[in-house]
Amino acid sequence: MSIDESTAARVAKLARIRVEEDALPALAAEFNTILGFIEQLNEVDVEGVEPMTSVTPMRLKRRQDAVTDGNQQDKVLANAPDAREGFFAVPKVVE
Amino acid sequence: MSDLNKLGLAEARDALRKGDVTSVELTEACLGAIEGAGALNAFVHKTPELALEQAKAADARLKGSEEAPAMCGLPLGIKDLFCTKGVPSQAASRILEGFLPQYESTVTQNLFDAGAVMLGKLNMDEFAMGSSNETSTYGDVISPWRRGNEDTALTPGGSSGGSAAAVAADLCLAATGTDTGGSIRQPAAFTGTVGIKPTYGRCSRWGIVAFASSLDQAGPMTKSVRDAAIMLGAMAGHDPKDSTSADIPVPDFEAMLTGDIKGKKIGIPKEYRMEGMPAEIEKLWSDGAAMLRDAGAEIVDISLPHTKYALPAYYVIAPAEASSNLARYDGVRYGHRATLGAGDGITEMYEKTRAEGFGHEVQRRVMVGTYVLSAGFYDAYYNRARKVRTLIKKDFEDAFAAGVDAILTPATPSAAFGLGEMQDTDPVKMYLNDVFTVTVNLAGLPGISVPTGVDAQGLPLGLQLIGRPWEEGDLLNTAYALEAAAGFVAKPEKWW
Repeated sequence: MSIDESTAARVAKLARIRVEEDALPALAAEFNTILGFIEQLNEVDVEGVEPMTSVTPMRLKRRQDAVTDGNQQDKVLANAPDAREGFFAVPKVVE
Repeated sequence: MSDLNKLGLAEARDALRKGDVTSVELTEACLGAIEGAGALNAFVHKTPELALEQAKAADARLKGSEEAPAMCGLPLGIKDLFCTKGVPSQAASRILEGFLPQYESTVTQNLFDAGAVMLGKLNMDEFAMGSSNETSTYGDVISPWRRGNEDTALTPGGSSGGSAAAVAADLCLAATGTDTGGSIRQPAAFTGTVGIKPTYGRCSRWGIVAFASSLDQAGPMTKSVRDAAIMLGAMAGHDPKDSTSADIPVPDFEAMLTGDIKGKKIGIPKEYRMEGMPAEIEKLWSDGAAMLRDAGAEIVDISLPHTKYALPAYYVIAPAEASSNLARYDGVRYGHRATLGAGDGITEMYEKTRAEGFGHEVQRRVMVGTYVLSAGFYDAYYNRARKVRTLIKKDFEDAFAAGVDAILTPATPSAAFGLGEMQDTDPVKMYLNDVFTVTVNLAGLPGISVPTGVDAQGLPLGLQLIGRPWEEGDLLNTAYALEAAAGFVAKPEKWW
């Protein structure tokens, strides 16, 4: 499997990371090195093996579905790059 | 007493109890050492006022009771990955510049509840992604160690490089680290310090900036095995805020350090004998096995057949989880937001913010993770890697089922390398640093790095012991016996 520049551009888009056009060839080459390394996994016989979901055999705990927290609007917004009138502010999303 | 910053946790604790020293004195000694160690670039946010305030409170607490908790009055460094209330916590990333957590991570809260003092935040690789501390937005950490009389700047390892350098250079008595693929054990080995990654679930991950959630664990980085036992006990424990934190009792690890390992079965995995392994590492390993045998353990050859596939599986699973975890850095809720041009919409805001905020290695891993999770490749890469992970864990289970108590391996394939030396090699070469440690994260097991020797140039080398799940106490005891037999006492000569 070889990654070309257009695939690299598509991955960057999916990851929401801007990559300039002239950086794409180098990025594609790095992907190919890493994926070439990962290809070794194809040598392993995984027939009938369950993919791991939890490394320690534990049942996730259940808890009461109850409100235990809240009324912290100021703390939630304290680190926002742009907060107005109690909300996070972002560029226009809907025309 | 002089050079109080050079004490370990156990010695300082005993001196505090006897009234020979105060926490304020210990803290001031460390703050002085930190002031004089700017060249190492280990401490990146210093909190002297908070430290002295905590130290005074600890002194009052020590005076009032015989039963002050384990860490009472002991000054520590905290890795920048831990969210600390009101203190910058940016995972060494530009994208979290200016972020001031409104809450305290469970592990640091546990340490503070036990009376510990925070000296400041420690440098690391950005989002804990790296093995040399060269991906930090704060710049490289310089190891206090040097090759003989050379002045080449060496790496302290990574990602907990600031923690390792600070402990090795006696800027603090001990430090917190985190380990996703070897980030506690590799820097510990590079700096002649002790580092333990506990069983997955032993320490709460709540409030620790997430890298790969199924692999991340916090642990102590210390000057001795006893110190690691003391500090791990204070960090660990069940936390309802982390659903993967184990609801099982934390034993008194220190009380389990008897040094008696008679009859213990120690496995030597043949697959860890890598081609091209330096003779020094080979010797270190066989010497370590001999020390454990002399202490009464039985040394047995074992096989962990899927070892070879651990790194490739890791480099699917960790980036996949990272791409998901790091999706939250979008310029909306915290941290950096790019300056937008006219007509830029929300997508441009995300893309520009993440391009400016994430460093190169983080971008690369997020994109690799995005790729292996994308439609059409999920089964071929991600699911296959998770199946291989099942097999890697089974290798260890089989060894333990055959009666092995612990497994002895080298901690790293080499001694510390020079900063910049790996720059022009491909990323996979850097990833090989984790070849001996990453299996342990994939299997969720406890692993500890113990310094046992030096190379021809005087640089420290470490061995790793891997234990059964939840048996950190037994593992620490084996490490304690190894430490005693190795008698490692080398310290870096002060040049900074």
